[in-house]
Amino acid sequence: MWKLLQIELFKIFKRPRTYIPFGAIAGMVLIIQLGLKFDGRSYLELMMSSLSDSFYIPYTMIMNGYLVAFIILNTLLIQVPLLVALVAGDTVAGEANMGTLRLLVTRPFSRTQLMLVKFAASVIYTVLLLVWMAILALFLSMLLFGTNDMLIARNNVMEQIQASDVLWRYVAAFGYATVALSTVAALAFLLSIFAENSIGPIVSTISIVIVLTILSEMRIPLYDNTVKPWLFTSHMLAWKGFFYSRSDGQGAAIPGTIENLPAILRSLGVLLAYIVAFVTAAIWVFKKKDILS
Amino acid sequence: MTRPAISQNRSRAAGDRREPGRRGYTLFSILLSLLSLSAVLLPVGAHAQDAASLLQKVRARLDQVNDYQAAGLMKTNVPFLKVPEAQVIVYFKKPDKLKIKNEKGISLVPKGAVTISLNNLLKGGYTTLDAGMDTAGGYKVKVIKLLPQDDAADLVLSTLYIDEARLLILKARTTTRENGTYEVEMRYGKYIAYALPDKVIFTFNTKSYKLPKGITFDYDDGSKKQEIPAGTKGKVELSYSSYIINKGVSDGVFQ
Repeated sequence: MWKLLQIELFKIFKRPRTYIPFGAIAGMVLIIQLGLKFDGRSYLELMMSSLSDSFYIPYTMIMNGYLVAFIILNTLLIQVPLLVALVAGDTVAGEANMGTLRLLVTRPFSRTQLMLVKFAASVIYTVLLLVWMAILALFLSMLLFGTNDMLIARNNVMEQIQASDVLWRYVAAFGYATVALSTVAALAFLLSIFAENSIGPIVSTISIVIVLTILSEMRIPLYDNTVKPWLFTSHMLAWKGFFYSRSDGQGAAIPGTIENLPAILRSLGVLLAYIVAFVTAAIWVFKKKDILS
Repeated sequence: MTRPAISQNRSRAAGDRREPGRRGYTLFSILLSLLSLSAVLLPVGAHAQDAASLLQKVRARLDQVNDYQAAGLMKTNVPFLKVPEAQVIVYFKKPDKLKIKNEKGISLVPKGAVTISLNNLLKGGYTTLDAGMDTAGGYKVKVIKLLPQDDAADLVLSTLYIDEARLLILKARTTTRENGTYEVEMRYGKYIAYALPDKVIFTFNTKSYKLPKGITFDYDDGSKKQEIPAGTKGKVELSYSSYIINKGVSDGVFQ
């Protein structure tokens, strides 16, 4: 199995397209960092416009590496699923397109093993993409902007997290993002079984993610309690929950706490269930598939 | 001596139509009016005098502090802010420099918090009005209103609640042109000799806070969010643990 995984990883990293998402993430992160470095104050003034009448706002202290990383993740974690689909959608369909799939299944491994290894390779790729993102978005931002307390603008409340209380939240958030992006990888992986070339599953995954994300973000009472709780895209933003603190009776944030951990765990459960369902379906279909290419 | 003359002049101007008896009645009514007016005005004048002298005494007590550096704990209670308690250092230097610094992080300091320094309230020219007695913090206090003489001043009206026996300001309410009304409550303890409070509770008006969900992309955890009513007051509590008084504070601190 380990040898098979190594071969799968070799195949992924041999393809030039594998590196496109790494380049795209680097480009987007640097563009955002550059923009915030030179005009971060305008961004903050917009976000804190309703506070500036009542409070003195120390803009230069607020625009620090932790906040910049949060802004970047907020922007990129909507686009990164599309980048994950580029590789995960290619895992089986790419082989079918190149005519190596039939040869592959003749190897002395079961189809289930083959599928599990291919999915594991996609997850490893996703993890590496997130590590790359963490290096650029978090550590490079810390280097460029320094560190301080972190202020997060929510819809109806502004959260402040002490600098010493931030890093573990990022570790948890990146861990959660791995599961969230693995869900997209599992979807692309499933769709990849049905296609003879990788364009179809990649475009289909991107389309599904876009449509469901729009549905998740819309405030339509009809969908709020019926459809939305079951969409995986509704739970992909739960990484943000690690940055929401509980407050004491007098409104002060309690360091080291999470506002609603059960909700995050519930979201995590939904995503894991989706991953299991997509991968199981992929294995089931692949085992029954008459491979002609 | 002059009043009857005025009265006579006025009578002549009226064409001497009134009878001598009628003229006596007019003189009497003017005197009576003046006496009544004096009866109304004199006590106010005396009270104003009292208020001014009381304020002078309070000011003299505050004036013994040229500068201080105070360590304290700041608790912010604003409905739309979730901020942890912060260890802060408050710097003050005469006449009106005040700075609240969070040495380890960020503190959002409400505008108008400068009134935490009572010296700022008592600076400049103002007219004092005695507004009677009241209670504040369990003490009987004299209420004095300050009206600034400068028409362009941001401060419109200050009401001070002064403990006459201890010569301490226990509460101050300030209305400003730009930023609404602030209220500062002071509780004294260890540093009462310098008229410096151990605890300051600062209450202020807040504007509503809301950002579109399309901008914030909040995680909706399914829980029902409590709506924050508009016009809710914010509160900041500063509990001082120690003061360094009159040891000098660098001007650079306030920049």
